[in-house]
Amino acid sequence: MIVEVQQQYEAVIGIECHVELKTISKMFCGCPNEFGGEPNTKVCPVCLAFPGALPVPNAKAIEHMFRAGLAFEATIPPHSKFDRKNYFYPDMPKNYQISQYDMPLTVGGVVRYWMEDGTRRECRLTRIHLEEDTGKSTHVGSADGRLAASTGSLIDFNRAGVPLMECVSEPDIRSADEAVAYLETLARTFRELGVSDVKMEEGSLRCDANVSIRKRGETELGTKAEIKNMNSFRSVRRAIESEIARQIAVVEGGGRVIQETRGWDEAAGVTHSQRSKEQAHDYRYFPDPDLVPIDVTDETIARVRAALPVIPYERYVRYVDEYGIDTKRATQLVEDHALAAWFDRAVAASKNALATVAFVLGDLARLANESGTHVADGKVTPEALAELVALTQSNAINSKAAKQVLETLWSDGGSAKTIVERDGLAQVSDRGAVEAIVDEVLAANANVAADYKAGKTNVLGFLTGAVMKASRGKANPALAQELLKEKLGAG
Amino acid sequence: MPTDRIDIRHVARLARLALTDAEIATFGPQLGSLMTHVDALTALDLSDVPATAQVVPSRNVQRDDAIRPETMLSREAALANAPQAQAGYFRVPRILAEEG
Amino acid sequence: MNPLKDSARAIAREVNARTASAAEIAEAVIPQAERVDAQLAAFLQLTPELVREHARRVDERVAAGEHLPLAGVPVAIKDNMCLTGTRTTAGSRILENFVAPYTATAVQRLLDAGALPVGKTNLDEFAMGSSGENTAFTPTKNPYDLDRVPGGSSAGSAAAVGGFASTLSFGSDTGGSIREPAAFCNVVGFKPTYGRVSRYGLIAFASSLDQIGPFARSVEDAALAYDVIAGKDPLDATSIDRAVEPAADHLREDLRGVRVGIVKEFALDKLDAQSRACYEAAYADLEKLGAELVEVTLPTADYGLATYYLIAPAECSSNLARFDGVRYGLRVDAPDVNEMYERTREAGFGAEVKRRILIGTYALSSGYYDAYYVKAQKARTRIAEDFARAFERCDVIAAPAASAPAFRFNAKSDPVTMYLMDYYTIPGSLAGLPALSVPCGYAVPEDGTRPMPMGLQLTTPLFAERALLGYAHAYERATLHAEKLTPLTETAAA
Repeated sequence: MIVEVQQQYEAVIGIECHVELKTISKMFCGCPNEFGGEPNTKVCPVCLAFPGALPVPNAKAIEHMFRAGLAFEATIPPHSKFDRKNYFYPDMPKNYQISQYDMPLTVGGVVRYWMEDGTRRECRLTRIHLEEDTGKSTHVGSADGRLAASTGSLIDFNRAGVPLMECVSEPDIRSADEAVAYLETLARTFRELGVSDVKMEEGSLRCDANVSIRKRGETELGTKAEIKNMNSFRSVRRAIESEIARQIAVVEGGGRVIQETRGWDEAAGVTHSQRSKEQAHDYRYFPDPDLVPIDVTDETIARVRAALPVIPYERYVRYVDEYGIDTKRATQLVEDHALAAWFDRAVAASKNALATVAFVLGDLARLANESGTHVADGKVTPEALAELVALTQSNAINSKAAKQVLETLWSDGGSAKTIVERDGLAQVSDRGAVEAIVDEVLAANANVAADYKAGKTNVLGFLTGAVMKASRGKANPALAQELLKEKLGAG
Repeated sequence: MPTDRIDIRHVARLARLALTDAEIATFGPQLGSLMTHVDALTALDLSDVPATAQVVPSRNVQRDDAIRPETMLSREAALANAPQAQAGYFRVPRILAEEG
Repeated sequence: MNPLKDSARAIAREVNARTASAAEIAEAVIPQAERVDAQLAAFLQLTPELVREHARRVDERVAAGEHLPLAGVPVAIKDNMCLTGTRTTAGSRILENFVAPYTATAVQRLLDAGALPVGKTNLDEFAMGSSGENTAFTPTKNPYDLDRVPGGSSAGSAAAVGGFASTLSFGSDTGGSIREPAAFCNVVGFKPTYGRVSRYGLIAFASSLDQIGPFARSVEDAALAYDVIAGKDPLDATSIDRAVEPAADHLREDLRGVRVGIVKEFALDKLDAQSRACYEAAYADLEKLGAELVEVTLPTADYGLATYYLIAPAECSSNLARFDGVRYGLRVDAPDVNEMYERTREAGFGAEVKRRILIGTYALSSGYYDAYYVKAQKARTRIAEDFARAFERCDVIAAPAASAPAFRFNAKSDPVTMYLMDYYTIPGSLAGLPALSVPCGYAVPEDGTRPMPMGLQLTTPLFAERALLGYAHAYERATLHAEKLTPLTETAAA
């Protein structure tokens, strides 16, 4: 489609994402919350919905909800409850899901996030509520394992009853890129909070997007389609882009977008209509009579709030605005919360973020990568790195020596200063001492010196190198060059 | 409260009950008669009354996040009552599409 | 001793003292239960092997010095409570072959206390009914007239104790399912406060109302059983975390200083002459024991049925969704899963269960939820408030447990007429209150010639079980109504 036509429209997108919470046991029973395993080996009468079995909520999962909500500035209402969402599906043991309808654990809030180019955005949250996951169906009898041609399904209930948080956004997102950036921030924040590992490949984050379009400048919302079955950030981007293009084509072709659920077909790269909202579910929500209401005190909220870590967005803003780190490297740091925490300690000691980040994402990252050990698990302490930064900043050692010190720290640990002293790596900045070497080098390379004087100034690098070599790497290279220029100019 | 509009077939579909025509003919008037009885509630002024889901005022009943192996079932026990099992899974006939 | 006639207390005393063994009780009760069951169809399953196995364990534990509150006491368990390794059917075709892989908390407490599980008793399917006729299997007969119903839904449990097939039995009460059959079968039937006894392992009918309770031939035995099964269970979030006051050793012999509330709206002139006379005499007996009768009012009591017949079916429609032919129970094969559900549930559920699922599904469905379900929940609040106000003026409320004695099979074919049987028991259920039925004499039904047992219902405030059992005990010891007529099962044997 012509780009100009597309640019007359803007997309309005809201995201609902389901995130499996990180707990030891399931939401309502004492079965392990673990991915995988032999089918139907992590089950009990409760998560199999045997007659007479009853749910008891997991306190940790509820606390995770408060953490997630407060991290995004949500309100924690004083009263909350669980409701039953009734619908039949073979991987849903009770044929109702315990969820939350009109009194979720957290209400409102805002996700502040940033784009790859550093643009900052906000997306308001409607609510975050707690529910339980279903089992897993495998469709059999068809060659491609798809539902349509299958002859039956095999059900594994290991995942049934795993705590699931549903995070519903307001329609504040305007593009596929924003949707991905929003989800990336959600994912890194949940990891930072320790509420979820957010492993897309294990299905621990799944999302649906409500997409509509409107002409730029309009304020009315268009009719939305709900896109399901997006299993990676890449498919979220592709699916939303494809759906926006489809809707524009429909409208430009004189049609109207209908409200429906559309499934993303990864292989075909298009969305397919699944079920129109006209035949919407009648979920018959009502308060679960097997569970009692949840009251939340101010003390609980204060306690949870006090224990919140720095969230990735705050850290990102500090790195960029206070430290002057570029977006790409700031993102790289916050992406890895253990690394970011390590980095923060190093900066606290070094008081020089830019020099520190150069090491952390440079040589240190390389060493970590080569050895397969995370920086935070390595032998280099943030304090040792800070010493190294100080040594380079004060010109006590040169960059070559710095690299050598870091390698020693990585393999043996210890203090940067001690290594510099032990290995005699201190930079020689004494004018007389360097001058003596310069004189030696010029004497030994008289013809090169002559070339320089004849105008071939590019030989300066060779001469500087010779001085460094003669000093066994310890000469201050800037001083060496300065003296060389002086002498050659004077000559 | 209207009672003549109970669409028994629709309600039976929601409840996954394949009623016979005879059952529909019997249940229709019976449900209608019961709903008429239930209509008595319209006489009560309940505008300022809170709804009671649970009569006993318990709150925040939760469990610690721990595994309880003693309540778990072996796979054999889990599948022992299954109408159809296959390779450690429960087997069901084909699922036509998203359920409504 | 006579293990078939003695009280649970006497049996436990002798077994603990080792003057009788659980093994000899087992050998006496097994043939007795079989004989009575042949007459009454009280059991869906007798479990003689379990009786013997548990008798052996009890004797060993007692020999090792343990004191067990129900040592060697035969108990019958309503077949909507799970007991590992036994078929647990809830009286339904859909669970006809379901073998429970776990044991209900209340049942486990009985076994731990030394009880001998005689068998699983018959019931209205999923505890929905007031006569026992809604069972998918052979309906249980009343031990005082084999042509009459034993009441329901805990039909088999009431008949088993009334007919001397077991010393104690356990039922569940949602809207009267313990109290009404207790009245019909001349036994004590006790529904504790909602949440007092764990529901874990009790196949749910209406979760916010269901409560397990005992049947016994005396208030003292009911109290003994209550003391064993009551208490917080970490597996049931609705079970109450509140100390249980043991009742069996704190019963009383008179009613001096007790204010007994007589509910204005429960005027006896609605009853037949014999039933009315029976209750009038009962109220007079309470007064003779020293009680002061005071009139109290429950203005919303008349809305009890309407409220109940929205809340209970709504919860049931959701609770019974799990019976779908996937993990256990009946499956009727079909080419796709949706049709399999529909055919399985059509074949597996009886008419009453289907009716309630339909009502409940309708009451919760889009567009009707506020008009029906929410309204019923609000009416429920009002009913509970009415009781709270009434209890400012009295300590206990006395009322009929049922409006008439046991009726003949097939006498109430219209569902609403059947629902009216629970008129007196439902309001207390909605308020979650502890209530019991204690034998209060006999009335000859209008369509019969033989006197049939009647039950007096006593209700107290939440958690006042000890007081309630005390009042009932005083009345029972002073009147001894149950001892005045012998059930047919015993006269035939004699």
